[in-house]
Amino acid sequence: MPKDTGIGASPKRREDVRFLTGKGRYTDDINVAGQAHVVFLRSDVAHGRIKSIDTSAAEAIDGVVRVFTAKDFEGVGGIPCGWQITDRQGNPMQEPKHPILAEGKVRHVGDPIAAVVAESASIARLACEAIEVDIEALPAVVDMKAALSDGAPKVHDDLTSNLCYDWGFVEENRDAVAEAINSAAHVTTLELVNNRLVANPMEPRVAVGDFAAHDQSSTLYTTSQNPHVIRLLMGAFVLGIPEHKLRVVAPDVGGGFGTKIFHYAEEAFCTFAAKQLERAVKWTCTRSEAFMSDAHGRDHVTKIELALDADNNFTAIRTETYANMGAYLSTFAPSVPTWLHGTLMAGNYKTPLVYVNVKAVFTNTVPVDAYRGAGRPEATFQLERVIDKAARELGVDPVDLRRQNFIREFPYQTPVAVEYDTGDYDATMDKLLSMIDRDGFAARRKESESRGKLRGLGINCYIEACGIAPSNLVGQLGARAGLYESATVRVNATGGLVVMTGSHSHGQGHETSFAQVVADMIGINEDQIEIVHGDTANTPMGMGTYGSRSLAVGGSAMVRATEKIIAKAKKIAAHIMEAAEGDIELKEGRFTVAGTDKSLAWGDVTLAAYVPHNYPLTDLEPGLEETAFYDPNNFTYPAGAYACEVEVDPETGQVQVLSFAAADDFGNVVNPMIVEGQVHGGLAQGIGQALLENCAYDENGQLLSASYMDYAMPRAGDLPMFQVDHSCATPCTHNPLGVKGCGEAGAIGSPPAIVNGVLDALASGGHNVGHINMPLTPARVWAAMQG
Amino acid sequence: MTNVTMTVNGKSRTAAAEGRTLLVDWLREGLRMTGTHVGCDTSQCGACVVHVNGVAMKSCSVLAQEVDGAEVTTIEGMANADGSLGTIQQAFQDYHGLQCGFCTPGMVMSAAALLKENPRPTEADVRHYLEGNICRCTGYHNIVKAVMAASGQQVAPVAAE
Repeated sequence: MPKDTGIGASPKRREDVRFLTGKGRYTDDINVAGQAHVVFLRSDVAHGRIKSIDTSAAEAIDGVVRVFTAKDFEGVGGIPCGWQITDRQGNPMQEPKHPILAEGKVRHVGDPIAAVVAESASIARLACEAIEVDIEALPAVVDMKAALSDGAPKVHDDLTSNLCYDWGFVEENRDAVAEAINSAAHVTTLELVNNRLVANPMEPRVAVGDFAAHDQSSTLYTTSQNPHVIRLLMGAFVLGIPEHKLRVVAPDVGGGFGTKIFHYAEEAFCTFAAKQLERAVKWTCTRSEAFMSDAHGRDHVTKIELALDADNNFTAIRTETYANMGAYLSTFAPSVPTWLHGTLMAGNYKTPLVYVNVKAVFTNTVPVDAYRGAGRPEATFQLERVIDKAARELGVDPVDLRRQNFIREFPYQTPVAVEYDTGDYDATMDKLLSMIDRDGFAARRKESESRGKLRGLGINCYIEACGIAPSNLVGQLGARAGLYESATVRVNATGGLVVMTGSHSHGQGHETSFAQVVADMIGINEDQIEIVHGDTANTPMGMGTYGSRSLAVGGSAMVRATEKIIAKAKKIAAHIMEAAEGDIELKEGRFTVAGTDKSLAWGDVTLAAYVPHNYPLTDLEPGLEETAFYDPNNFTYPAGAYACEVEVDPETGQVQVLSFAAADDFGNVVNPMIVEGQVHGGLAQGIGQALLENCAYDENGQLLSASYMDYAMPRAGDLPMFQVDHSCATPCTHNPLGVKGCGEAGAIGSPPAIVNGVLDALASGGHNVGHINMPLTPARVWAAMQG
Repeated sequence: MTNVTMTVNGKSRTAAAEGRTLLVDWLREGLRMTGTHVGCDTSQCGACVVHVNGVAMKSCSVLAQEVDGAEVTTIEGMANADGSLGTIQQAFQDYHGLQCGFCTPGMVMSAAALLKENPRPTEADVRHYLEGNICRCTGYHNIVKAVMAASGQQVAPVAAE
């Protein structure tokens, strides 16, 4: 029987009621009395020198409050990067300044040049058009390899080239890997592109800066996944505002998917301008503007080689990747193609030697940073594609080839630095095969053929590293921050609890699932527990939500704080019941003394904590409030096996996804309903990447896909119903909940399944196509079929 | 600026509108009814769908002055008279048809229009009808189930498939 409450149950989400009745409070719903509005004038050329800016006509327009340009930001820091990579020679990466408004040059379409603050957004928009900007257009670099060629135009004049870093991992293995490849019985080589994507949360970014003259404090309301991180980066590195004078609030946030992790110039602008003008300043991003200012995702060009011995055992993997950084380094950008990508190149397989080379490149495009999966989809895609290609070349079953090379002993130290704590890749593969009726595929293929269609079956595995991250480890790897999480549990006198978490929910349902955990631990109803998040003024310093870390890291902090609460409450109960502390048990919200019929309700003890008339005042402080910071000692490693069946129309190249099955190992699951929803959403984004989505630039750096007319978002009709399973659970061994994280799996595991499936379909029609780059549009598939 | 009056969720409401004021901005800023959302600027995403004189419309594509005097229903008007969730809203909660909630108002309003036209839609009908509403969180799976369930059809329970 499914449970009704607590861990493992699927109670209805409490946050849904406000969202379903129009009572959600998103950032754009916030208006501050007396606020002005800002609109940014953005570059319409990819690369150019700003010769002059004349704002006089704009300033003369009735209702314009002030026009800002770079000269108003002298002495103000640039937007900082949170991660430093050390290159193969041991040198730090090249790190250009990222000004709030363009200084001297514009470096991508959408780079903000000026900002008009006015009484209304429409006046500000009008005034933007009255600004006269003289820009000398310069040749743009868009293609990464061209950007690294001799004589290529430089995105940043003060850097030596467009190379941000040239990273090797594990550098000491470079020669050994080369030797293994040279002496291999078989080497499969694959060149591919991991297409540039735009995260596209449905809520565009919004920032409202406010300033209180009476105490000289600033407040920023913003669409962020991590308000504390924004406060630290913006306060300490950009505007020089100490934390006690800066509050950052991220209220209901309408999806993030990574692109709302980063600190953006518009946030700093609104906070800065509000202080200058002593009135609130609001910015609401339009969707077209989001396409040219939200950090993009993916955009890797990769060559991968897989070496096998005569028995088809994997012996070595070598990859060379060009990773697009765009024009500036976004907050996490340098870590994505390196530590979030290279460390996963062993996949689910015991390959003794791995070498990953990544060249990160500046181009005249929007900055690229983490998008759902961040580095791990890129690793999974190339690995699972090259294995499928090897199976085809060797004439072996792709499932058998994977199984033969599965890691089966845990903990497992990979050759790429990480240690997998648990996993059972046979179990998820077996489960997957039981879900998809592989034996019946031949008959289904025949049926498709009878309708003139080509049917394919694509299967792959994935593994990811989540629960970001052990601070001492990532510190060594270049992270400029610790990646722990925090929680404060405040028990009120009458027994209700408020949990203040540094995690942030922007669709994940923490208000429901976090309450389930605490309710289970104490044995009280979930409705006695309030989960508070998103406001630096009432939550402890925390790192926020990304990298499938909320439950594994934030949930663990909450468990630790609740354990402290229970320990103290037991001491109070022992005093009141005149029993030994070790004899006190807490069960279903009651304290009992072992071996007696004495008991106290949860609420009796909490009241005693705040009305301490009968209380161990000599041993304990009154009150019942505890904080815990949890820093994991390893990543978590969700893994699984995915499969899809697709049908290709050979006349048009149109691909239809007929079915998609996912067998995931997420360790323990707190709320199965929410977990399955996370997988569904991830699958849709992965299938979107594989079939529909592409952020396209022309050779001059013009963004061709800057609206939903041009960027193909997956719609209801593009997707099938999904089959998902998470029953093959090997609990994480190093966090108190045994959880691994589920937010990114779908987006990581699904693109190779689709491409493998389409190529399988084409092969059944006699088209032996080695690879097609995503998205697999009808035109690309049809062209590949023509040879 | 001209005053525009509409019957919104059964109540007569008046607020000023410029000639260029969109219905969605009139609702959000004029009436401060912020349940209706703006997710794009090309009439593609459907987060702003409301009913105007009983017809589902993207309120980002209608000028407020154009529909002066109209009867408008928004997400704020979809609950039962006693304040409990209406049938479609309840199905969205029961079947986890929403995550971040941003596209949800438009989804619910489109679903209501669908069920008025087609009280027992097939899965394909639902997917086709919702082509004008983009959701980035759910992969549509649970939205489709919620709409089918709201039409009184049997669907598999959540977390049991």
